[in-house]
Amino acid sequence: MNEVALEAKGLVKTYKRVRAVQDVSLVLRRGRVTALVGESGSGKSTVAKLLARLVDPTSGEILLDGQKVRRVREYRRKVQMVFQDPFASLNPIHTIRYHLARPLKIHKRPETVEQLLERVNLPADFASRYPHELSGGQRQRVAIARALAAHPEVLLADEPVSMLDVSIRLGVLNLLLDLKERLKLAVLYITHDIASARYFADETFVMYGGQIVEGGDSESVTQQPAHPYTQLLIESAPDPERAVVALDAPVEEVAAVSAGCQFAARCPKVQERCWTDAPPRSDVGDGHWAACWLYVEAAA
Amino acid sequence: MTFLLRRGLFYLITLWAAITANFLLPRLLPGDPVQAMITKLGGRLNSDAMASLYILFGLDEKKSIWEQYVDYWGALARGDLGLSFTFFPTPVADVLSQSLPWTLGLVGVTTIIAFLLGTLLGVYAGWKRGSWMDNLIPVTTFLSSIPYFWLGLIAISVFSVTFPLLPASGGYAAGLVPEWSGEFIGSVLEHAVLPGITIVVSSVAGWILGMRNMMVTVTAEDYVLVARAKGLSQKRIMFAYAARNAVLPSISGFALSLGFIVGGALLVEMVFSYPGLGYVLFQGIGAKDYPLMQGVFLVITLAVLVANLLADIGYLLLDPRTRREG
Amino acid sequence: MNFKTKLGLGILAFFTLIAVIGSWIAPYDPSAMGDDLLSPPSGAHWFGTTMTGQDIFSQVLVGTRGVMVVGLVCGVLATFLSILVGVTAGFLGGAADEALSMLSNVFLVIPALPLIIIVASMLPSADTVLIAAVISLTAWAWGARVLRAQTMSLRRRDFVEAARASGESTWRIIVFEVLPNLMAVIASGFVGTVIFAVMLQITLSFVGVVSLSTWNWGTILFWAQSNQALGQGAWWWFVPAGLCIALLGTALALINFGIDEYANPRLRKVRA
Repeated sequence: MNEVALEAKGLVKTYKRVRAVQDVSLVLRRGRVTALVGESGSGKSTVAKLLARLVDPTSGEILLDGQKVRRVREYRRKVQMVFQDPFASLNPIHTIRYHLARPLKIHKRPETVEQLLERVNLPADFASRYPHELSGGQRQRVAIARALAAHPEVLLADEPVSMLDVSIRLGVLNLLLDLKERLKLAVLYITHDIASARYFADETFVMYGGQIVEGGDSESVTQQPAHPYTQLLIESAPDPERAVVALDAPVEEVAAVSAGCQFAARCPKVQERCWTDAPPRSDVGDGHWAACWLYVEAAA
Repeated sequence: MTFLLRRGLFYLITLWAAITANFLLPRLLPGDPVQAMITKLGGRLNSDAMASLYILFGLDEKKSIWEQYVDYWGALARGDLGLSFTFFPTPVADVLSQSLPWTLGLVGVTTIIAFLLGTLLGVYAGWKRGSWMDNLIPVTTFLSSIPYFWLGLIAISVFSVTFPLLPASGGYAAGLVPEWSGEFIGSVLEHAVLPGITIVVSSVAGWILGMRNMMVTVTAEDYVLVARAKGLSQKRIMFAYAARNAVLPSISGFALSLGFIVGGALLVEMVFSYPGLGYVLFQGIGAKDYPLMQGVFLVITLAVLVANLLADIGYLLLDPRTRREG
Repeated sequence: MNFKTKLGLGILAFFTLIAVIGSWIAPYDPSAMGDDLLSPPSGAHWFGTTMTGQDIFSQVLVGTRGVMVVGLVCGVLATFLSILVGVTAGFLGGAADEALSMLSNVFLVIPALPLIIIVASMLPSADTVLIAAVISLTAWAWGARVLRAQTMSLRRRDFVEAARASGESTWRIIVFEVLPNLMAVIASGFVGTVIFAVMLQITLSFVGVVSLSTWNWGTILFWAQSNQALGQGAWWWFVPAGLCIALLGTALALINFGIDEYANPRLRKVRA
């Protein structure tokens, strides 16, 4: 069993009256990729920001190597993040060298900028270039190199390839897989593309309306989806963009805080009690679980 | 409604800040110029006038600063701004109430003309970007770089001295009595032409440039492109789509730069000896007439705040987003 | 760099040079009275003379320094204040932003000219540097407002979040990540402040609340006005100083257009 690197327990984040994240718990293990799948507005990016400690949770706790870390800088040495948009996450006025040298200096690492570039398969002479001289894929590699500079245990990747051309996505994902193996990283892979989760992640969680509705190893979650929402997501594949359109519902409905299941309003298999009672987690086999009333009967 | 309420609160705070600054300045700065004036005037001040000057300028050192502040507000609430030294023994409030209508008339009308004219020209210049209209930019820049008062001097030199077409000073011909007669009103208008044109010419450039840049930005927006694709007439796109959106920042800019414009307009009054607040202020400077200068400051601030409130209401009428907020 | 910007920089460089060497190359002592009273421009007096025979050309040359010093001092002081208030408000947000925005709006709305006239006339000695300081206190608000808006939009950009995630401290993010991206706005604010300060100083000199012991373009106009130069047809007494003001103002405005066009590509002239 791989050791636990990061553990989130009962994370809640409330913005004004909207609950972006409600009671999310998950575990990231060294040398494993965990995927968090959901459409826009599901709260998956908020989870990334909570885990990166860019925003403070309303309640819940985050344990790093089993401990609460008070000092933010110490936490950031071990938990690093790659952002979605490589065109926005690099400061246009600084060179690549500056972007990579800063975290090395902050976290007192012995590596050089050139070594970091080599690690992400970029030539050393990229150091003196500016972000606008690089392609999207190259920039995202720089962003990954920056995240690795601190020599972290955990890498949070917030839709790392969604802004890239389809032709280069695989290259960046393979790079992440390779780095995970070599550096024994615990990776959180956030995506709206459930097909890529099967390819890329060992374990997959599906998020809807701020809650995790299904989880388990990637193979069984993507091949035998239990939750009606996950089933809908998979049916709308292979075009993941269409999934978002097909499931489109007014934002108010998605963000509604109701006593029952968040998905009730859009669920094709909705029952009476879905509206009033929140469904508990039910085991559907081999550590694969779903939060849905459909499976409560079967278990009882 | 929240929008207007917030703005109203802001204006109250600004007014409070201006009044408090007025209260603190003579007490903080070294020297006692008002005491010197009182000594000079000697026995000609009656005891009531003395008392109000003591309250306004903090000459009564036995009182704590807090008591002085309360007394100061009390005096303001009674409309007591002290006695003017320049127009001794006329109370400052009387001097101001005589000159305020002149300033409101001249500065108010010319500022609105300049805003409307500049906005229209700016809409056109922004729409016709890349044409000969672009050559207007250096010209308007030059015009806006000329101090108001210097343009006034030139105007007098050309149109009153070299070619004596228009009167160079005053609000109406000497010898006339203010009344609602055709002769008097004609004279007032005649005297307002040169200072009015001066204010319009030097303030219009700012509006042209601001509006042009906003138009250039707005015409690149998708909704303008859509309007073109729909085949709407040029005129309709220019006004109903582009200008309608470009004018909003211009109006908020109008409100904020009003204080600056009024400052320039006051100088024009000085140059033309126009009987408004600016000329009164000018006379006050020469005589070191602090009660008068501070009174002018308070009245101008109040006028600018009221004008700002009016601009806010205009903004509210044009911008559906702020309307829905309430 | 386009022609307009070059022209602006050229004029500015010219006046800066005059500010430095003006008092050495002036043909006369600007305050010394001469025998040619109120004479129009001639070979001996390029810009003519005043009522008391002072050489106006020398007054303009010597007076340039006062104008430029006030412009520079105010530009630096007010820009510093506007960065301090604007960037802090924009970056911190929340209650700090509310309070600081309120403060800058109050300073913007209150009519500055009458307030400064009161302050200047109450000061026992209103010399150049003191006036520059007073003007700076009222000149920062516009820049702060613009910088706040820009900072707010930068703060939401991912590279700021990314810098935080990689462990940068807040002050380093403000100084090394946010500020360099604001340089165009800061530069244009600086130039705008210099224009404002120069105008205000000349105005204050013209109405006579600033010490008349040192020369600047405004004091020339003050003496011209108080000696009824207009009524006597002595146009040369007030035209040169006024033209200098307008030229300097135009030069600064042209430089600002250059900065704006650099920062906002949409304003760049289209070449059809």
